[in-house]
Amino acid sequence: MIATDKSVKPASLMTTNLVFIGRSLRHSLRNTEALLMAIMLPVMLMLLFTYVFGGAIDSSGDYVNYVVPGIILLCAGFGSSSTAVDVSNDMTNGIIDRFRTMPIKSLSVVTGHVVASLARNLFATGVVFGVALLVGFRPNASFIEWVLAIAVITLFILTFTWLFAAIGLVAGSPAAASGYGFALLFLPYLSSAFVPTDTMPSWLQGVANHQPITPVIETIRGLLTGTPLDDSAWWAVGWCLLILAIAFLWSLSSFRKKAGRR
Amino acid sequence: MKQSAIEISGLRKSFGKQTVLSGVDLTVPAGTVFALLGPNGAGKTTLINIMSTLVSPDEGKIRVGGYDVLTEREQVKQNISLTGQFAAVDEVLSAEENLRMIGRLSGLSAAQSRLRTEELLRAFDLVDAAKKRVKTFSGGMRRRLDLAISLVVSRPVIFLDEPTTGLDTISRRALWDIISQLARQGRTIFLTTQYLEEADQLADQIAVINGGRIVASGSAEQLKARVGGEVIELLNAHDEVIHIVPTTGSIQDINRTLNELVQSVPPGTRVNIRRPSMDDVFVALTSNEKEVLHV
Repeated sequence: MIATDKSVKPASLMTTNLVFIGRSLRHSLRNTEALLMAIMLPVMLMLLFTYVFGGAIDSSGDYVNYVVPGIILLCAGFGSSSTAVDVSNDMTNGIIDRFRTMPIKSLSVVTGHVVASLARNLFATGVVFGVALLVGFRPNASFIEWVLAIAVITLFILTFTWLFAAIGLVAGSPAAASGYGFALLFLPYLSSAFVPTDTMPSWLQGVANHQPITPVIETIRGLLTGTPLDDSAWWAVGWCLLILAIAFLWSLSSFRKKAGRR
Repeated sequence: MKQSAIEISGLRKSFGKQTVLSGVDLTVPAGTVFALLGPNGAGKTTLINIMSTLVSPDEGKIRVGGYDVLTEREQVKQNISLTGQFAAVDEVLSAEENLRMIGRLSGLSAAQSRLRTEELLRAFDLVDAAKKRVKTFSGGMRRRLDLAISLVVSRPVIFLDEPTTGLDTISRRALWDIISQLARQGRTIFLTTQYLEEADQLADQIAVINGGRIVASGSAEQLKARVGGEVIELLNAHDEVIHIVPTTGSIQDINRTLNELVQSVPPGTRVNIRRPSMDDVFVALTSNEKEVLHV
């Protein structure tokens, strides 16, 4: 009755990744509260900045065109932060031991969460763009500029998702993972996301101008609304690739380390 | 001679300053059920984790299914299946999705996974719950699913870490039936337990582990014999057993034992002499005598 077939060949890396991506997508779809929050929060923030703060920051009524790229990034950061909790949940649950004792590349379980986060966030970004257009966002980008802007946003989401995955791997518990994630989400406020950096005190300008989020925002803003790009695109891509590489290696090493210690 | 499924010699493992396993030697013949019996913190789970490649040993040679756990990790993984102490199931997915996922990860095609899932759901009495999320499952159902997942593909060596801890009597007996069935199919089963009855019921061989050391091994009968025909129990004024010492039952042995004990027991201690149960075997082999005496 419980007899099994002959032993089979281990699953390929491709299959393993696809299975884990499918698993994480199912997790995302079934965690309706988190999914709703990932979409609702950026929309509310946008309405808040456009209608409540917008008038005070820029009374010309053109603030929405300024703030949308910042909201998009804040949304992406917030959306990818839940990856830390997802990964940490898996690492503190018995199921990770099962995956590790199977003849597969068990890091794929993290890859699954990363890809699901990417899908989730691109969807949320789409919704935010939709609402932005409704409240008066008027981009003047060409098709190519749109493609480039979406490529930069995708790279940014991927980078931050891997960073949050690494945080999820090193955090002691899902609650701690969520806390660390929250701290990182202050970065967009210290950038040119909501106000031009030259309105800040000079010591803060130093921070705001030289942190990774500012060039990413300036790039998206430049591509979509035609503000000067200068060299911010290169800085944006450079920062993202650097952080991505660090986050990936950090994930890899902490995944291995945790395996040996438990 | 039958081939050994598990061979361990000179295994040591410490976490920082805390020594968890201090020189374990074990051999489990292929196709037998082996029970590792011991109290909490004796090192049972660490031993299972080392055998299943999750934790690296500090010292010692460990071969599982004929492969070295350090140098032939991937081959070991293809020969084992681990059911850990906490049900290793995905709570967000349904029972069916859990089984199919593991099927695909184990290298089955989508169609094979579906077929195998149906078989296992039937075999483990989970057909009605197949589409429900595991989050809603009872402890017994979770454990059944956990075990079903371990059997999606055939692995010669099965590790079960405290398979029935936290289950009610009915679920426990149902699980025992399944384990016995597996044993009859010629799998090697290595299980850990805190319950003597479980070891007695299921295992061909039992080893008792305490403080990171195997303190006794053999069949249930051999273990009982090893503790001796009879035991001396010391009881305090409230009739609680405060110490058990094995004895041959002869007047000389009883006299000598009591003489040794009389110095260290509190006044009012009484003596009872009786035949041993498996519980006595366990207590005798795992209790730290000084601690027990000075309670």
